[in-house]
Amino acid sequence: MTNVSPEHLEYLKKRRRRAWMVKAGQWLILFVFFGIWELAAAAQLIDPFIFSQPSRMWKAMIAMAMDGSLFTHISVTLGEAILGFVLSAILGTLAAVLLWWNPFLRKTLNPYLVVLNSLPKTALAPIIIVWIGNNVRAVIVTAILTSIVVTILTALTGFIEVSEDKIKLVETFGGSKRQVLTKVVLPASAPALVNAMEINIGLSFVGVIVGELLTAKAGLGYLIVYGSQIFKMDWVMLSVILLSLLAALLYQVIVALEKRWIQK
Amino acid sequence: MESILRLYAISKNFHEETSETQAIADINFIVRDGELLSIVGPSGCGKSTLLSIISGLIPPSSGEVRLLKQPVTMGYMLQRDHLFPWRTILQNACLGLEIQKKRTPANLRYVETLLSQYGLGEFKNHYPSQLSGGMRQRAALIRTLAVKPDILLLDEPFSALDYQTRLQVADEIASIIRREQKTAVFVTHDISEAVAISDRVVVLSKRPSRVAAIHNIQLPAGVKPREAPEFRNYFNLIWKELDIHD
Ligand SMILES: Nc1ncnc2c1ncn2[C@@H]1O[C@H](COP(=O)(O)OP(=O)(O)OP(=O)(O)O)[C@@H](O)[C@H]1O
Ligand SMILES: [Mg+2]
Repeated sequence: MTNVSPEHLEYLKKRRRRAWMVKAGQWLILFVFFGIWELAAAAQLIDPFIFSQPSRMWKAMIAMAMDGSLFTHISVTLGEAILGFVLSAILGTLAAVLLWWNPFLRKTLNPYLVVLNSLPKTALAPIIIVWIGNNVRAVIVTAILTSIVVTILTALTGFIEVSEDKIKLVETFGGSKRQVLTKVVLPASAPALVNAMEINIGLSFVGVIVGELLTAKAGLGYLIVYGSQIFKMDWVMLSVILLSLLAALLYQVIVALEKRWIQK
Repeated sequence: MESILRLYAISKNFHEETSETQAIADINFIVRDGELLSIVGPSGCGKSTLLSIISGLIPPSSGEVRLLKQPVTMGYMLQRDHLFPWRTILQNACLGLEIQKKRTPANLRYVETLLSQYGLGEFKNHYPSQLSGGMRQRAALIRTLAVKPDILLLDEPFSALDYQTRLQVADEIASIIRREQKTAVFVTHDISEAVAISDRVVVLSKRPSRVAAIHNIQLPAGVKPREAPEFRNYFNLIWKELDIHD
């Protein structure tokens, strides 16, 4: 980095400018979208009572922030999603380890996993509620159910793809199956595990919202149902936007963890 | 020289759903303490299988591997280096020690000594992707040496390298093995490599394999092995033996 040629400087400048343009474009879309929405509602082109309006959503948010209910709903949903995610990540990884360890079990259960994987798990939510009750636990179980199968399958695929020769290497030193797992299979599958977590977090959110739509007494999903029932579309739209922000935030957290975890 | 290991009538068949492969028919030879013994043979004749049998990773269908000194420990070096990308060179070199729960300060010092002795001292905290093919191969050898095996089993350890590097690394690794006074059984299908670096060469026939010939390699001291006139003779001899059985 001692002698940077003018050509390279020019290249870097171009690169930076292009990156800046992309960022600017991304923000522009957001502003134009909300701007048109606001103006169209103000000009009565769309009915703000049905379609809501950014300024009305803002007012609703301020009001809810004042009485604190905003934070209750956000923290309920966020808490459920994180709990669902963490439990499904742990249980799913453990199940994948078990299936890797025991090929007989893996082959026997394979068709069931395949079927469960393609089944839309949200269809099970009403059953869960009947069994577990109209409460937060049902929401969390729905979240786990929605995300765990794909976690198991993604992690297991990662485990199985670890090269035979790397495993053989551990065996040449007299390594046990447990050591094969801890020294090779788990570290070599780190990218697959991270990938599983990325999918898992999104699906846990889906499970939480479906659960909340059906049973909850608090949370953004509850706010959506309740708001639509009493025609408070400002609440509904606000909740949807907050949900997108939460999902984006959690995804960023996973990406940040991923960067720290797999430096290479 | 004393014998350290003896193979008695080893045979090996592989069973699969639709076929049975007779890989090894009948193999007998001894390995002497402190020698570098090469095994050459046509592709697919069962060289890797034979090494796995010697190491005890897989059992023979019949026959026996007898250790003539007790206790004898073995170190196995595979065809590719298989350094783990998530471990540094030092951590890779300590893999065997960790697995055998022998990662003591003294053994750690031994690994560090080996690393610096063989030109990897500065790279011990680097990751494998930052090293050249030859350096990686040396690191893999040190990983094997770290557990202080009496016998080294090497399965085509240079086949992943390009020709130029290969010549150099083969000589390097052979001299490391001699300097550390190890016994080594070295599989290759490169005749010149076998002649250049070993004390004896065992020639295997094609599958199902038997021992076709065993040669004592005696090259004059002071000349580079590959430039000695005897080198050509050994090479041609073994080449013909392999050809006949092909
Ligand atoms: N686990 C196995 N199951 C079935 N057949 C096998 C197995 N391992 C080896 N074989 C067969 O046994 C024969 C010998 O294999 P091996 O890998 O020992 O040969 P090799 O001499 O090392 O070959 P190469 O020169 O290609 O390395 C081959 O025909 C191979 O297909
Ligand atoms: Mg082989």
